[in-house]
Amino acid sequence: MNWPLYVTPAHIVRLYDRFEALDKEKTGHLRPQDFGAINRLAMNPIGDRIIGAFFSPGQETVDFHSFVRILAHFRPADKKHPKDPSMPEPVNSRTSKLKFAFQLYDQDKDGKISRAELLQVLRSMLEMQVTEEQLESIADRTIQEADLDKDDAISFEEFRKSLEKVNIDHKMSIRFLR
Amino acid sequence: MPALWRSTFVLVMVLLAISRPSLASEDTGNGTENTITTLPIVIWKWEEIHFPYLVALWVLVSWLCKLVFQLNPCLTRVIPESGLLICIGWVLGGIIYGADKVQTFRLQPFTFFFYLLPQIVLDAGYSMPNKLFFGNLGAILVYAVIGTCWNAATLGLALWGCWLGGAMGNIDTGLLQLLLFGSLIAAVDPVAVIAVFEEVHVNEVLYILVFGESLLNDGVTVVLFNVFDAFVSLGGAQIDAVEIIKGIISFFVVAVGGSLVGVVFALLISLLTRCTKNIQIIEPGFIFVLGYLSYLTAEMLSLSAILSCTFCGVCCQKYINANMDERSVSTVRSTMKVFANGSETIIFVFLGISAIDPSIWVWNTAFILLTLLFIFVFRFIGVFLLTWILNQYRLVPLDFIDQLVMGYGGLRGAVAYGLVLLLDENKYKEKKLMISTTLIVVYFTVMLQGITMKPLVTWLKVKRAAVSERTLAEKIQNRTFDHMLVAIEDISGQIGDNYMRDKWNNFEEKWLYWLLMTPIARKSCDPIFNIFHKLNIKDATSYVKEGERRGSLAFVRNESKADVDFNKKFGADFSEMMPYIMTENMGPDHVPVSSILRDSVPSVCLDMHEQDLKMRESEDFDAHHLLQQHLYKGRKQHRHRYSRKHLEVNKDEHEVQEIFQRTMRSRLESFKSAKMGVAPPKKISKHLKKDQPQKVREAYTFSSFPLFSEGDSASGCEAAGGSFPMRAYRGAGIVNPAFMAEMDTMDPMPPMQQIPSWLAEAEVDSSNMVPSQRAQLTLPWTPSNLRRLAPLCLSTHSNDSFLLADSPATQEGISELPPPPPPQDGQGQGTHK
Repeated sequence: MNWPLYVTPAHIVRLYDRFEALDKEKTGHLRPQDFGAINRLAMNPIGDRIIGAFFSPGQETVDFHSFVRILAHFRPADKKHPKDPSMPEPVNSRTSKLKFAFQLYDQDKDGKISRAELLQVLRSMLEMQVTEEQLESIADRTIQEADLDKDDAISFEEFRKSLEKVNIDHKMSIRFLR
Repeated sequence: MPALWRSTFVLVMVLLAISRPSLASEDTGNGTENTITTLPIVIWKWEEIHFPYLVALWVLVSWLCKLVFQLNPCLTRVIPESGLLICIGWVLGGIIYGADKVQTFRLQPFTFFFYLLPQIVLDAGYSMPNKLFFGNLGAILVYAVIGTCWNAATLGLALWGCWLGGAMGNIDTGLLQLLLFGSLIAAVDPVAVIAVFEEVHVNEVLYILVFGESLLNDGVTVVLFNVFDAFVSLGGAQIDAVEIIKGIISFFVVAVGGSLVGVVFALLISLLTRCTKNIQIIEPGFIFVLGYLSYLTAEMLSLSAILSCTFCGVCCQKYINANMDERSVSTVRSTMKVFANGSETIIFVFLGISAIDPSIWVWNTAFILLTLLFIFVFRFIGVFLLTWILNQYRLVPLDFIDQLVMGYGGLRGAVAYGLVLLLDENKYKEKKLMISTTLIVVYFTVMLQGITMKPLVTWLKVKRAAVSERTLAEKIQNRTFDHMLVAIEDISGQIGDNYMRDKWNNFEEKWLYWLLMTPIARKSCDPIFNIFHKLNIKDATSYVKEGERRGSLAFVRNESKADVDFNKKFGADFSEMMPYIMTENMGPDHVPVSSILRDSVPSVCLDMHEQDLKMRESEDFDAHHLLQQHLYKGRKQHRHRYSRKHLEVNKDEHEVQEIFQRTMRSRLESFKSAKMGVAPPKKISKHLKKDQPQKVREAYTFSSFPLFSEGDSASGCEAAGGSFPMRAYRGAGIVNPAFMAEMDTMDPMPPMQQIPSWLAEAEVDSSNMVPSQRAQLTLPWTPSNLRRLAPLCLSTHSNDSFLLADSPATQEGISELPPPPPPQDGQGQGTHK
């Protein structure tokens, strides 16, 4: 197994403890139900999507390697070492983080956030009082703001552009993964 | 410009007029009484009232100074207000001195510490952005305590070294005296920091660090001052380890004690506002009186008064803002600002006036210059060192530019001057030198550093406070990020900052709200309703303005085709929660006008688009507001919400329940559609679909969940939660036509007044269901428990019932693996949820 600088060895130890605690069956893999057991995740509007993000398409289980890899997205970016162009994009770079966020919206993986997909996310994050019309108008306006090539969907580039003012590194980092 | 000169002239005349009689009255004394020979019609009563008259006049004069330089706005852009006030103080001082040949008016330490400083500190505490403050409290404490000690020690020792080296000539001082001087001049001054930084608008983290440091370092300053003063009295010979240890202990006592006094008074204020519903007229007054009492009480006990006042304001703001009527809240806010600003003005003017007094000036070039130099140098060194240490632990490290600004922002001010005036002349032969040096330092920092702060900040391209309106995409995405981070922290199981804060939020909701808030305030503590209410008011005012522009508000009624009956649409719950909206914003039909507008605009937006640009703008307005008011607040979001204008958001148990229900329902749906062979919307269901043949077996492994979970101490509450999804997946592969039919009719977005349908089903079906043997054993959630859950979702009681429902689950955990379920068990289980 290749662990190309995802996390430090200390993190690996802690994460492995957590992995084992989650893996009640001791199969060495995690299934959606194991994630579902985390009580507080059920109270998270996008909890299920996050769980889904751990599973690569077609896979039903997560092994430790993938577990760490996904969590490594949330490391604060390493500003000290300059980016080595020959190495692949580090997992916690701004682009990778944005890609992770993009995938949460783009469930069918066609590279675009369609209006329907955006509606789904909005519906899960907004309270039940909001009517369908209001939801749709919000979704329409969002797409209008971000959609530059007018194809009524948000591609990754448009997504990235709409968030260029946001400090992604700060917003998508967990302290303990430093 | 002519106006400027005119007003200055008037001021000068007034002052001269006053100073003459005052001096004259003091000269002629109070002893002589004139015997009257005839009835006087009018008497000149100056001697009797001269004291309050002078006080009021000086206040007026100081405040008029502000007016003077507002006339020339380009001046205020270059020099900060505080600097200008000092300059005017010099002018006034010069005039008085010229008239009287002695400086009759000076900033007395007692006046300063007891009449001018408390309101500034109270205002600072009351308008402190709590989440930001407590989020950075560690860094603030490091700078305040360690930084100030470092400054004091290095300055004192450096000066002592120079004195030993003879650079200062012959001055009668010693190590302890210099250390004392160092300690009183080392502290960053809150008044000066507020005055300068408010005009510069740096980013919030930088601001809160400098500001928080300036407030909290008072604890250290007071202790150091008293300790060294006592040491000087004792004499150098008597200082041994015991005294030093006592000094260290006194630091903790003073600092912690002061804060505790503040917290106690905060509790008192909150409890008081809970009961003052009927005396709203005088309600705001209590805040001021009790805040001032907290200052005085701490001072009486020789604890840190500034800390006490600060924490009083910091701790009580949330509860009194919730308890008091809106008008009282805005009264308190405005009045605090008036007092604080007024005091600040007076302080700076008098700082200027006090300088024009030859009797206090002793000039020692070396001492003064060395002090200035050392203050500067050691401040920067201290900041860099401490930040380097802190950056090892911070999530967002402070970069070099921010550190530079922080070092440069170490302004000294009136507190140092007040402290130096308190020194006893007999013990400190060089008191006058110290006063002069302090004044020079204050002027230097306030004027020079104040003037150059803005250009420096611009030149260094410091990150400024974000003022731009965020796009919709950014808003949504920010919220998504918050939820994401919370989820990842939960998955990775690490106790981060969020865990402690979560615990605090829980504690707060459970106990403090009950104790300190009125029942109505508790209910309407929801973030949604508050923001909704505020936005409604904002909408209403903008529509009124538009109406006035167009002649009348009739345009609103004509163009809104939907006449929404607010009550019917949202049910009785709403009206109970928003009494203000109901009573205050009544439209002609006893329906809140703004809600009509809010509801009607989207539904007619298609027509509006073509017709009216204005309406389209309000729809845009609308989308932002809809997001603002309706996005779920993640747990972390609750903490980092900083705005001086908006109220804080708290955990919304309604929101939590809604999300939970929805998640469970969606899991069930995806599960069901997987069973039916329908392409599922969610990824998870894809996995389940493939697992179909093994589902029945997996159901068993889930049911053994409580067994393993119980033993797992780390995830005690996960056990209870774990049973939930377990039940969602149980019953796999079992066809229950009744269940299916009900699920099909389920509305994905039930309107608020309906019981969410999956709970309704539970209620309906449990009546004709006989719980099977297995169900009784394995179902942690019996139908009776389920019924207990149903009212939970509609009420706004705290999540006590949630916890209550939780605990029986873990207790009823099974101790043996259940036998395979016979097909008819599906009946009992399909109705759970």
